[in-house]
Amino acid sequence: MAAPVRPTEQAGTASRSGREPGRWAGLAARFRPKATFARHAALALLALVVVVLVLELTGPFRNSQFATMSYYAIAVAGLTVLTGLNGQISLGHGALMAVGAYTAGLLLPADIPLLVVLVIAAGITALVGVLVGAAAARLKGPYLAGATLAFAVALPGLAIHFDEALGGEQGLPVPSPRAPDWFADAVYFLSANETSSAKYLAYVGWVVAIVAFLLLANLTASRIGRIWKAVRDDEVAAELAGVRLSRVRVLAFTVSAACAGLAGGVLGVVVRLAAPTGFTIVLSISLLTAVVLGGLGSLLGAVLGSALLVFLPPAVTNLGTSAGLTDVQAAQLAPFVYGAVLILVILLAPGGVVGTVRARWRARTTAPAGAPEERTGRS
Amino acid sequence: MRRSRRVRVLAALALGAVLALAGCGAGGRPDSGSGGGGSGGGSTIGITADSVKVGSHFPLTGVAAPGYSEIPTGTKAYFDWVNAHGGVNGRKIDYVFRDDAYNPTQTSQVVNELVLQDQVFAILGGLGTPTHGAVLDSLNAEGVPDLFVSSGSLLWDRPQKYPMTFGWQPDYEIEAKILADHVATTFPQAKVGLFLQNDDVGEDAERGIRRYLDKQIVSVQRYTPGNTDIGPQMSALQAADADLVIGFNVPSYTALTQLQGLKLNYKPQWVYSNIGADPVLVGSLLGRFSQGQVTDTALLDGMITDEYLPRADNPSDAWTAQFDAIWKAHGDGGALTNFRIFGMSQGYAFVQALLAAGPNPTREGLVEAIEKGGTQFAGPWAAPYRFTADKHSGISGAKVVRVTGDSTAALGPVRVTNNGDAPITDATAGETPVPPNGIPAAPGGT
Repeated sequence: MAAPVRPTEQAGTASRSGREPGRWAGLAARFRPKATFARHAALALLALVVVVLVLELTGPFRNSQFATMSYYAIAVAGLTVLTGLNGQISLGHGALMAVGAYTAGLLLPADIPLLVVLVIAAGITALVGVLVGAAAARLKGPYLAGATLAFAVALPGLAIHFDEALGGEQGLPVPSPRAPDWFADAVYFLSANETSSAKYLAYVGWVVAIVAFLLLANLTASRIGRIWKAVRDDEVAAELAGVRLSRVRVLAFTVSAACAGLAGGVLGVVVRLAAPTGFTIVLSISLLTAVVLGGLGSLLGAVLGSALLVFLPPAVTNLGTSAGLTDVQAAQLAPFVYGAVLILVILLAPGGVVGTVRARWRARTTAPAGAPEERTGRS
Repeated sequence: MRRSRRVRVLAALALGAVLALAGCGAGGRPDSGSGGGGSGGGSTIGITADSVKVGSHFPLTGVAAPGYSEIPTGTKAYFDWVNAHGGVNGRKIDYVFRDDAYNPTQTSQVVNELVLQDQVFAILGGLGTPTHGAVLDSLNAEGVPDLFVSSGSLLWDRPQKYPMTFGWQPDYEIEAKILADHVATTFPQAKVGLFLQNDDVGEDAERGIRRYLDKQIVSVQRYTPGNTDIGPQMSALQAADADLVIGFNVPSYTALTQLQGLKLNYKPQWVYSNIGADPVLVGSLLGRFSQGQVTDTALLDGMITDEYLPRADNPSDAWTAQFDAIWKAHGDGGALTNFRIFGMSQGYAFVQALLAAGPNPTREGLVEAIEKGGTQFAGPWAAPYRFTADKHSGISGAKVVRVTGDSTAALGPVRVTNNGDAPITDATAGETPVPPNGIPAAPGGT
């Protein structure tokens, strides 16, 4: 099982200097599938505990920020797997989120349970992902970016064109489900806090996120994940080994699209509206930004990147205001600082937060002349 | 061996944490509870003995920022002025506005921040139909007064469903009625073309226009915001021989229609809605879109529009003079613009509503006061509000004007009407005199 991984891992190290070398390959090599799932499940349980603690210890505004962060995290995780593992770039994930959000907006008034709606949203977006992915599988690099960019620009226009069904420019209202009684009771049982709607939505978002992360983590550690990496690192070698490139690319795009659809569904209920102005190209680019800031290919990086998306702009604005800027200037400061941080990260720490921390950690803990296996091995 | 031990340690940690969490909880609800915390008097969140906190959302960055980002600076200057004159019933107004970049997702985030973190008493003048539409439900669910939304949509007038939300400017339907009535009486022979934004703006406007001009309309063209190629629509209007075109569109499309008209040598009489007709903004957009080839606003000379607020370029107006004094005292040094007057007027309206709510306002009391006395609130706006318990629509009329140079000339008295088949009449009340210092007096006091 581990033998075919090592060559691709080294190819990855060689071909992408400055990027974290073969982290996923290392993970895959370290654990056999049986142990992988147990480990990931334990981590998921731990994450759930952290989520409960954080949401119960913070106020309603922070809860609403965490709800926002949850849907960014899901979408960014899907994108980081696509870009970091399969080497495809997508500027169209904002539009895929729109598919999920509109699906939620159309289905929720029909009294379908929220979780079912989210699964359907992911499924329909996955179907759209198959179509886009099939086109994308033939393209690479800037051409792929261009094609997905066109998709991102064009798709929200559909909502305006079919304005009777989709609400046009003013958007489609998404009914925001209330917390069921058993849920509110359970939360009260644990923490003696009442469940506000912001908190319920944050719980929904994070439970969905944790499940999505668990599935993605297992997928990337599996045979499929290794094949994706093989395609990313060396297409010719992968093809010689019997991998059908286009099929693998389409599958990766579909999985990633399903995540975006799931995220879009959560966005719909959190924002309570699906409107074309919410899914501009800016959204697609923010997702990519979060991938880069957090660390390409890392699920933990996806969480960190989406945290930056949510918490950085208000923090900068408030800093600006308290530093004596007018409200308008402070608001303009946020995109500026955001851009500056992005440029600095690309220049100084291209591995993102996770990649950089991991590189430091490795440099401190490994022997100076460590063999390649040792570098990714357990410390 | 080591692998499975690590998994076991992780699992034990997780389990332990779950148990700890369960252990520290409440274990169950007390039986009869505290009765939901209803203290009876109404909510006083955001208001203290010496301050009242008000929030809003505007596009301060991004494509919608030019022009619109000036509105809250006007409101802020007005509140600073009121605070410098002792505040409202001794309370200083603390005004916070945040940037939503005209993106509904961001609107919902910043309004959450305003309501849940900043704990504002009310939201004032939030701008935009899709943006404000995203927070309509949550504001009403939280019971936050949602006053004077900066959009002419009919969405804000649904008091049964959204009891906390009030509109402000004349909605697109009555604005269209007033403009169409003017066209029908002044240009009875005109072949009328319509140039409409393809959303609720265009829909509401068309409904209003057809009440008066149904037989005169020769062509209806729509554009989708974001698509800047309006060549086909303009050619269709020209081909239909429309010699008068009514445009319900945003400012950038006013500039685009003018430039496209130049290209096609098509010069109908233009009638634009108020939202698309700010000469200063359109002039600067003309310059930008034509890459400097069209620099003066002479292109706009002679176009017809409507107004419901005093204009910045008319210093002989007593309200403009007052606002100018306020802006000189508390502004950021820039020029007084129509957008800033818009913001100041909203600030005036808020002070008036707060005074009407009495010495100890609650959120519910504020809404009640507007429903009760709203039709009597007078200020810089041209016609009274339509606020009652059953109607939450704002200003009820406007006057039709013609643009001449950088200014405008009135083409008649202020016209007043309502939605549906309500007749259009001349305004009965004259212009409201400016109160001392430009600050409204408490109702009943005078």
